[in-house]
Amino acid sequence: MIKSWFKSGSPWIWLNAAAVSTCLIMVVGVLGLIVARGVGHFWASPIVQLSYQEDSGEIKTIIGEHVDSTVTPAAMAKSTGFKLSDDEDVLIQYLIKTGNRDLTGSDFRWIQERHIKVQSQPAEMMVIERREWGNFYGTLTAIKENGQVIASGEQAWSILNERLKHTLELHEKIAHLEKKEIGAINYALEKLRLKQRSLELKNAWNEQSAKEFADKKLAYDTDYKNHQTELAQLYQEIRRDSLVATTESGAELAIPLSKIVDVYQPNKMGLFTKITHYFVKLGEFLSEDPREANTEGGIFPAIFGTIMMVMMMSVIVTPFGVIAAVYLREYAKQGFVTQLIRIAVNNLAGVPSIVYGVFGLGFFVYILGGNIDALFFPEASPAPVFGTPGLLWASITLALLTLPVVIVSTEEGLARVPRAIREGSLALGATKIETLWRTVLPMASPAMMTGLILAVARAAGEVAPLMLVGVVKLAPTLPLDGNYPFLHLDRKFMHLGFHIYDVGFQSPNVEAARPLVYATALLLVLVIIGLNLAAIIIRNHLREKYRALEG
Amino acid sequence: MAPQDNRSHSLDVSSILRGQSKYDEILEPCLKVENLNLFYGKKQALHGINMEMPKKKVTAFIGPSGCGKSTLLRCINRMNDLVDNVTIEGKILLHDDNIYDKSVNVAALRRRVGMVFQKPNPFPKSIFENVTYGLRIQGINDKRILEETVETSLRGAALWDEVKDRLNDNALGLSGGQQQRLVIARAIAIAPEVLLLDEPASALDPISTLKIEELINELKEKYTIVIVTHNMQQAARVSDYTAFMYMGDLIEIGATTQIFTKPAKKQTEDYITGRYG
Repeated sequence: MIKSWFKSGSPWIWLNAAAVSTCLIMVVGVLGLIVARGVGHFWASPIVQLSYQEDSGEIKTIIGEHVDSTVTPAAMAKSTGFKLSDDEDVLIQYLIKTGNRDLTGSDFRWIQERHIKVQSQPAEMMVIERREWGNFYGTLTAIKENGQVIASGEQAWSILNERLKHTLELHEKIAHLEKKEIGAINYALEKLRLKQRSLELKNAWNEQSAKEFADKKLAYDTDYKNHQTELAQLYQEIRRDSLVATTESGAELAIPLSKIVDVYQPNKMGLFTKITHYFVKLGEFLSEDPREANTEGGIFPAIFGTIMMVMMMSVIVTPFGVIAAVYLREYAKQGFVTQLIRIAVNNLAGVPSIVYGVFGLGFFVYILGGNIDALFFPEASPAPVFGTPGLLWASITLALLTLPVVIVSTEEGLARVPRAIREGSLALGATKIETLWRTVLPMASPAMMTGLILAVARAAGEVAPLMLVGVVKLAPTLPLDGNYPFLHLDRKFMHLGFHIYDVGFQSPNVEAARPLVYATALLLVLVIIGLNLAAIIIRNHLREKYRALEG
Repeated sequence: MAPQDNRSHSLDVSSILRGQSKYDEILEPCLKVENLNLFYGKKQALHGINMEMPKKKVTAFIGPSGCGKSTLLRCINRMNDLVDNVTIEGKILLHDDNIYDKSVNVAALRRRVGMVFQKPNPFPKSIFENVTYGLRIQGINDKRILEETVETSLRGAALWDEVKDRLNDNALGLSGGQQQRLVIARAIAIAPEVLLLDEPASALDPISTLKIEELINELKEKYTIVIVTHNMQQAARVSDYTAFMYMGDLIEIGATTQIFTKPAKKQTEDYITGRYG
């Protein structure tokens, strides 16, 4: 009976089905967890006001967002020091995000459910997202202009929104002036200094060039001073307004509007407003720079850096991989040595990525970069230009890491081009190289794309080697900007993978940053899916175009 | 029709005599094979082949599988150079020039000696690009010349009327017979002197085969044609001369009518009458 069941093959089918379902469940589980934890972060959850009586008998009030809850069996709770009465079976605890870190020293508080006396969601509760110290929770008392109260009570909220809009515009202007205008001047001045230094090193520095440079410098200085005056005015203007808010303990706190990113009253929001709010926050997350040691604000530089690095890597790895594969498959004499090289290439794919990082740092950054600096940028010394980790070295290191994948799949693609096609081309008087260029390589291009897809998937998720060759926690400038030569391959950059690690495990406020970790992880997955999808679409298009002969 | 005529001739003694006398008049050789030996590694595949192929005639190679007829054909445009471990001794003269001379440019030789393979092998490009492939390799990109060549070549390969409205479609969308005629058009687009056909109809249906055979009859007015075929009726229908090969040896070569009616060697007769092979 059992024997015939075994013979029928159904146990194997069940086994296979079980394995496949386990894989599926795991993949769905991973994505589900990331989505569930990450997506909710931008939703405006209601603010609760809780009055609770601690075991000591003291009554306290806190306000904040409900974040998490735990249920502990009474016995276990008692053993860890909670004083529960005998009729209680379980201990329920809530994690409340109370914010106001500048006043209380922490963002989060655990509250036992049995202590809660009164719980409400007052409509006037507001959340202030600040540039420093994290969120503030409380109620609005008054608006001040130059220290004078100009509004309080009912109309304060609408005036706050108006003034805040104005302040944010000013902030934008200041940021633009500082980063773009003054940044460009600084960049130009630095270029000028380097040019002067290089002329000096060549002994070509004379009075004429000194005068020329002084003129240029003067022009930049005048520009700079103009900007400075403008900036001073803006700073004065932005400092004008402030608000007074009342905390849960009744204390009043003055917050300058210049320190505020956003205010909202979640308890007053309808569903539609909340949805709008959600997408606004999501947009900010995708498009803005991080704040507060990366735990708040957006992650745009990290997205940009990741995509930039992957694209640079693709541009570098494809030609190298294809050329190597063409040589191995088409030109090299097939024999022991070729086979040995092939095995070596395959084994390269198995080398731990951190080893590539070490190699990248030792060879590319220090040796190659150091020599480039000595040869081409003597004026910058002792400051390194390419002799320090940066986008170029990170891309090259990852290109090296993914090279085997591209070589292997290109070789497979070349092997699949039918012999008849090559002979057809040769019989028409084409040389070998003409046959390669006109027929064989185009037909192998889908396979090259397959290699590139695998390379992209691997490179975009790689973090360890990048930490050694170019990724930083916070890059002050993007590797692509409006200053000539626009693409700055020597700059350090931010990366989503490293950002996750940094926010999740290196930040001062891990608890507050946890949803961001999930949101960033989700984004990293989406970026990789996006890059892959683009490559897959291109490949399918190529496949359609260069459909190989059947058989 | 011409092919039918040929066949009826080969069955009728008086026409054999007529035909033979006719063939004897013209004997301007285009290709001459002199003492050709070919080795795959240590195994010898061709043994001292000596033969001539006259200009603007169709010469057919027949013989059982593995007899070396395709190998011999592929020697004529040096396709065997691509195979590893091949050693070739002897000479093949194309108008008195030895194609195995060291100074010969193989790509240039292949422009003079075109080849059509057993299976249609169009490139995965448009019909237009397929036909102009050889020209573009020679650096000819003038649109007018290309268009003219495409039309004359496709007309020459009796395909023009079927594809003139879809020259930019992918060639892989054509039927097998059309693809084979396209490949012939591609070969004649670079105006070779010799056309080598390696079992050009063996992968095609009877109607396409008939079309290819008609085409061969037209093409021989301009080109010297060498064809390898398994099908003896086909050899009888299309060729002027037939060479019978067996086990790497050239057993007999002569006018097709003579080979099929009065073969000189017993082996040839046995093969033609179906006693072995």
